[in-house]
Amino acid sequence: MTPTLQIFLVTSAALFSIGLLAALSRRHAIFILIGIEMMLAAANLNFIAFWRFGPQPLQPIGVMIAIFAIAIAAAEAAVGLAMVIAVYRHYRTTNVDQLDQLKG
Amino acid sequence: MNTAAFVIISIFTLSAAVAAATLRKLMHAALSFAVAFVGVAGLFFLLGAEFVGLVLVFVYVGAVAVLIVFTILLTRRDVEKDRGFNWAGIVVAVAVLAGLAAAIFKTQSFAVTMPQAPALTVKQIGEALMTNYVWPLQCVGLVLTAALIGALVLVMEDREEVKKVK
Repeated sequence: MTPTLQIFLVTSAALFSIGLLAALSRRHAIFILIGIEMMLAAANLNFIAFWRFGPQPLQPIGVMIAIFAIAIAAAEAAVGLAMVIAVYRHYRTTNVDQLDQLKG
Repeated sequence: MNTAAFVIISIFTLSAAVAAATLRKLMHAALSFAVAFVGVAGLFFLLGAEFVGLVLVFVYVGAVAVLIVFTILLTRRDVEKDRGFNWAGIVVAVAVLAGLAAAIFKTQSFAVTMPQAPALTVKQIGEALMTNYVWPLQCVGLVLTAALIGALVLVMEDREEVKKVK
């Protein structure tokens, strides 16, 4: 017996939920970025699984989408970490609960 | 495809991801993050997308994990104080997982049998990138350049502030 598409999708959903957990429940800004990266990886896993089980695996559409998504995620990580450093330099903290200056 | 390999790799990936999401020490979490991405790359290899798996290892384990470690070291002053953990996040995450799993198992329209392994070589991917996907490729290059310049501008020291401190 080989793994089915459903099993891959459930694995990807579990990875997405773990990323969501990290993004929602941690207070440190870097953890939020880690969670977002995990959610993007889960989306990439979905793309690759659908491409592999799809009707036309010879056309590299799923692979292309995954490659471009990885490139965008890398750009997002670079800008996000630069923002973490800039915020730390200004407020001397990376705890997102303390960044409440705009709160009414 | 091997079921045993899939089970081992997915358990490895998910446990590393849980460690990255819940460990108290930031540095341990960053290293678990890198391990989790090695596992995801293993899943890509299992699915026959070797090139994407290699790109994932290069980009995430090679670049993004190092960037995260650098950021942790640069913002070290309150690393030890990450005690806050919002328990409502667990409820939301479990609810999302349950909803997604229910939707996945309810849907009948998927082709569950795996087709023959596609022989997609790097040469074919490169040809597709240079022909059909050349416009998205240039746009991604532009986005990466803009992100590089934006990150530099964000972390650049303000000249006057530096003078004032001196």
